Amino acid sequence: MVYLTRKAEFSASHYYHNPEFTPEENQRIFGKCNNPHGHGHNYTLEVTVKGQVDQRSGFVVDLKELKEIMNREVIEAVDHRFLNEEVREFRDRIPTTENLAVTIWNWLQPKLSVARLHRIRLYETPDLFVDYYGEA
Amino acid sequence: MTRRYWFSASHRLHSESMSPEENRKTYGKCNNPHGHGHNYALEVTVSGPVDPRTGMICDLADLDRFVDEKIVQRFGHENLNTLAEFRDVVPTTENLCIEIYRILEQGFHQSGIEKIRMEETMLNSFEYAGGREIRH
Repeated sequence: MVYLTRKAEFSASHYYHNPEFTPEENQRIFGKCNNPHGHGHNYTLEVTVKGQVDQRSGFVVDLKELKEIMNREVIEAVDHRFLNEEVREFRDRIPTTENLAVTIWNWLQPKLSVARLHRIRLYETPDLFVDYYGEA
Repeated sequence: MTRRYWFSASHRLHSESMSPEENRKTYGKCNNPHGHGHNYALEVTVSGPVDPRTGMICDLADLDRFVDEKIVQRFGHENLNTLAEFRDVVPTTENLCIEIYRILEQGFHQSGIEKIRMEETMLNSFEYAGGREIRH
């Protein structure tokens, strides 16, 4: 079993707001992140897959194929987007880094055939990241 | 405890069991007959009880010496395809990880070899723990 991690970067904006909260509650819980005009981050995404090394090719997964899947399923959907407005999954879900990591897992997991998805690590800033391993 | 090392080497991804077309299709640019190179970063993670006398898992100088003699000198500034280890094995970073782990496990006995991690480029990395699941 070998684990392979591929990194990608994207930039997007978001804001945190729960319509079930009062304006005061939203402000208290989300602070500056509640600004309805949004704010942005340079995200770094690390996708880790695991699998056996194919005896003929020496690969766990074709990296070029993994890169294309990541670009098609994730980067095109979120790069230079306002997540709250432009990504369907966040119409009724707050686009926190936690929820974004889970959403990315759900996008990628059904598209991977050879190797199994092991972990999504998503950096919102160099000092803050989220790990998601799927539902146990 | 994890220690990081560097070496540079070249390789060509090509399998004798595939036709020229299949090799090109599988390996793309990496099938270039002249080979290409990487600066590999190698992280060696050792584990074990802390020696109450030294306060250490293993003597770091001994680990450095071992990795330098057996791994960095062996693979650094070499064309991996010309080495006996890769006569019948495609020198993908997956297979290089498996070989380096084997060298460490067979030759370095001061501590357990928990896992190794290799960065082939800034975007791609690989982890191997002798086939065991890795705790992240």
